[in-house]
Amino acid sequence: MNGEELTEQETALYDRQIRVWGADAQRRLSKSHILVYGMKGTVAEFCKNIVLAGVGSVTLVDDRAVTEEALSANFLILPDENLYHGKTLAEVCCDSLKEFNPMVHVSVEKGDISTFGVEFFEKFDVVVISCCSLAKKKLINQKCRKLPKRIAFYTVDCRGSCGEIFVDLQDYKYSKKKLEETVECQLEYPSFEDAIAVPWKVLPKRVSKLYFAMRVIEQFEDIEGRNAGQTSIADLPIVLKLRKELCETNSVSESQIPDAVLERLLTDTSEYPPVCAIIGGILGQEVIKAISGKGDPLKNFFFFDAMDGKGLIEDISKP
Amino acid sequence: MASEEQLSAIKRAKVLMVGAGGIGCELLKTLALSGFQDIHIIDMDTIEVSNLNRQFLFRQYHVGQSKAKVARDAVLRFKPNISITPYHANVKESRFNVDFFKEFDVVLNGLDNLDARRHVNRLCLAADVPLVESGTTGFLGQVTVHLKGKTECYECQPKPAPKTYPVCTITSTPSKFVHCIVWAKDLLFAKLFGDKNQENDLNVRSSDTANPSEHSEDVFECRKDEDIEQYGRRVYDHVFGHNIEVALSNEETWKNRNKPRPIYSKDILHVKMTKENGDTEKDCATGDVSAMSSLSLKNPQDVWSLAENSRVFLEALRLFFSKRGKEIGNLTFDKDNQLAVEFVTAAANIRASSFGIPLHSLFEAKGIAGNIVHAVATTNAIIAGLIVIEAIKVLKKDNNSYRMTYCLEHPSRKLLLMPVEPYEPNKSCYVCSETPLSLEVNTRHSKLRDFVEKIVKGKLGMNFPVIMQGASILYEVGEDLEDDMVAIYAANLEKALSELPSPVTSGTVLTVEDLQQEFSCSVNIKHREEFDEEKEPDGMVLSGWVEAPADKDNNKPNGNGESTSNALPSEEIQEDEKDVEIQETSEGTENVTGKKRKLSEVDESRNQKKPEKLDVDDEDDELVISDDWESLTKKKRV
Repeated sequence: MNGEELTEQETALYDRQIRVWGADAQRRLSKSHILVYGMKGTVAEFCKNIVLAGVGSVTLVDDRAVTEEALSANFLILPDENLYHGKTLAEVCCDSLKEFNPMVHVSVEKGDISTFGVEFFEKFDVVVISCCSLAKKKLINQKCRKLPKRIAFYTVDCRGSCGEIFVDLQDYKYSKKKLEETVECQLEYPSFEDAIAVPWKVLPKRVSKLYFAMRVIEQFEDIEGRNAGQTSIADLPIVLKLRKELCETNSVSESQIPDAVLERLLTDTSEYPPVCAIIGGILGQEVIKAISGKGDPLKNFFFFDAMDGKGLIEDISKP
Repeated sequence: MASEEQLSAIKRAKVLMVGAGGIGCELLKTLALSGFQDIHIIDMDTIEVSNLNRQFLFRQYHVGQSKAKVARDAVLRFKPNISITPYHANVKESRFNVDFFKEFDVVLNGLDNLDARRHVNRLCLAADVPLVESGTTGFLGQVTVHLKGKTECYECQPKPAPKTYPVCTITSTPSKFVHCIVWAKDLLFAKLFGDKNQENDLNVRSSDTANPSEHSEDVFECRKDEDIEQYGRRVYDHVFGHNIEVALSNEETWKNRNKPRPIYSKDILHVKMTKENGDTEKDCATGDVSAMSSLSLKNPQDVWSLAENSRVFLEALRLFFSKRGKEIGNLTFDKDNQLAVEFVTAAANIRASSFGIPLHSLFEAKGIAGNIVHAVATTNAIIAGLIVIEAIKVLKKDNNSYRMTYCLEHPSRKLLLMPVEPYEPNKSCYVCSETPLSLEVNTRHSKLRDFVEKIVKGKLGMNFPVIMQGASILYEVGEDLEDDMVAIYAANLEKALSELPSPVTSGTVLTVEDLQQEFSCSVNIKHREEFDEEKEPDGMVLSGWVEAPADKDNNKPNGNGESTSNALPSEEIQEDEKDVEIQETSEGTENVTGKKRKLSEVDESRNQKKPEKLDVDDEDDELVISDDWESLTKKKRV
């Protein structure tokens, strides 16, 4: 794993995926370090995927205790109180993840991620955060962007039948084969803060309603000082008012953000396992692409809604 | 997200999963987390190392154990109070009959071969149980829903036939590496290590008409006083040297083709082969006997030189005879047999070299020879999530909401996951719409056996057929048949169709049934005198059964395997010369045309949308319709 060639063990284990992305990409994966924050069902899926893929290391951060709710959608947590008593979510998940691939180094970092300094993030190639407030997302994104080293930054959130992924690869150069030629590509990604600041008016009309709805809920949680996902149907009146204000400020019609979508996002805050699998899979693929430098990465939001079954990409950046 | 009604439908449901592999592991996990409490799972395979990169319920120490059983145990660890019943068995077994299938509310397939899928499709139709089909290859995947009478069945859209190559391409005029692999695997390897009694085209083409005293048989038999190295070189020189010279003598063949060059071992390997000092003959990782290890060739991704390939060829042959002599005469190529893979790679490469075709690494050769499907965990996870979503719709009998969903590698109109409404059944599908078929055959020459093997079992996918003409049974299989009937049927097999006790001639209608699949169809017989040997080698042409064309140029190392994906519509390429069924390929690409009517157009009453909680902005609600598929595939080809 440390030499240039893949070991025999790696070649045997990774045979089927090497046939997808090549030995070179596999080598790069084995040298990569991923930081993951917020160990809910979707992130559990994501971690499973990248551990199986054979990344170098995965560092988990989540000091919350194991709860009933966590047990229901997170297959990394075995419902044996003896096993999880006194342990944090990250610790329990860490134990399970190690089993999937002994060649991957899985560990836990304790503490409040908002207080970790920029030097801490420098150790990583990829940072994935979930269950974060608006403020935390911006903060961590900024820390990643401060470093000379380019760190790939992702946020992921699943609420009921919906899921959202945000991608920030900063200035990303990669090459790909088109017919017989190798084509050099370059993409410029906005930070999370800059992306959501893009005025709604300039966005194409057919941008997913989910994008706007998530922003409304995000604002609401921020204003009310709520934790991510800490909402209920009782919040609907205030949320609708907030929608009105935001739409007015942005000069767009309120019909862009139907009541029904907001209702769903407010009430179905717990994770729905099929959606976790789907979002965790898409996110896994994206991170593998970014590390290996192979394949067009998605830019910059991905949405899935089980209601209509569409999984779509939205490019939310300054035109 | 779940309403009370949904939750209780899930809790009560009895689900059958067929397949506990890549999709199966992800699916079982997601079903368990989603609240399903009674799951049955059938899988005949045992766990292999190459599974572990994605079949995450399995560990290294499980290698060799039953997938269905280990998957069950693994899921019970995090969901202890549900019922999972594993069957380490082949889904085609007679116990999995229509009554068995009837017990389930929905059947979920996670299979990797066309044969089993067709079988399950028929049983689900017979049992009238909804089927959710799926498949993945690399980054592509899809999920489809099949309800009898309401949507297409799995076989309404024909799936591509296994890829075949004309005999002469393989034996005389290869132009692609895959041709060399097929030669090395199905001809040379089979000739040297397989059943000596099997007909082998290597005989036919290698006979030396100029020297009739030397029978081609002798060439491949090791002589009594010959040591293995001499034997090896003799075989080498015969197939790569002598046979090529014989082929070259036929000027006609090479008029418009590049001529191959004969290769002789003495020119490539200057010294007598001796074992390298101090090297182990065993592959460290697996402990298998290996020529690569013996020759210190470490990296399976390296493309060996002609000399290296020649060394591997001779060393592999030597190792087979010296270490695995007992197996010779019984071996068939197995991609997990390291020595076999090395031999086939080397042989194919030497032949390729002779014909000016680029050489390939062992890794690539193994993929082609072994029909390996490339696979990653993420696609399987996504597909599993989509399967569960469809399964829940099925349980809720949410007819208007069923979708076929395609997981794309490159977005199409912003979509990576693309839902499409299912189509209504194909009225000329011989499986679900009972359309009769026609068979052109020479009833005086072709035997009943040919009909049974090539048509009934081969094309129609029946396992235990009953063939009748009117009320007379011409042939059947069964355990409780009386001896005299068995004798009659055995005799019938060897008779020409027109000579059968109930003669089969032009105009005869045969009824063909598989009682286990509860599937029956009619075949109208039409007599025809002549058949083209190259184009119609079976001497029988079945029609009314639309066979999708196989992809002629599909020789990419990764694309050749029997893929599980029906991801995209196939392209139009025709395979003219059908021949020996040598390889299987990616199996299912839907021939989606714009002509079919979608469900919502068919039934007026179904068209009334139920008042939905969601505000549906029609403008925005673009479900991709079939007309776009043509342009989609064109984009994909770039």
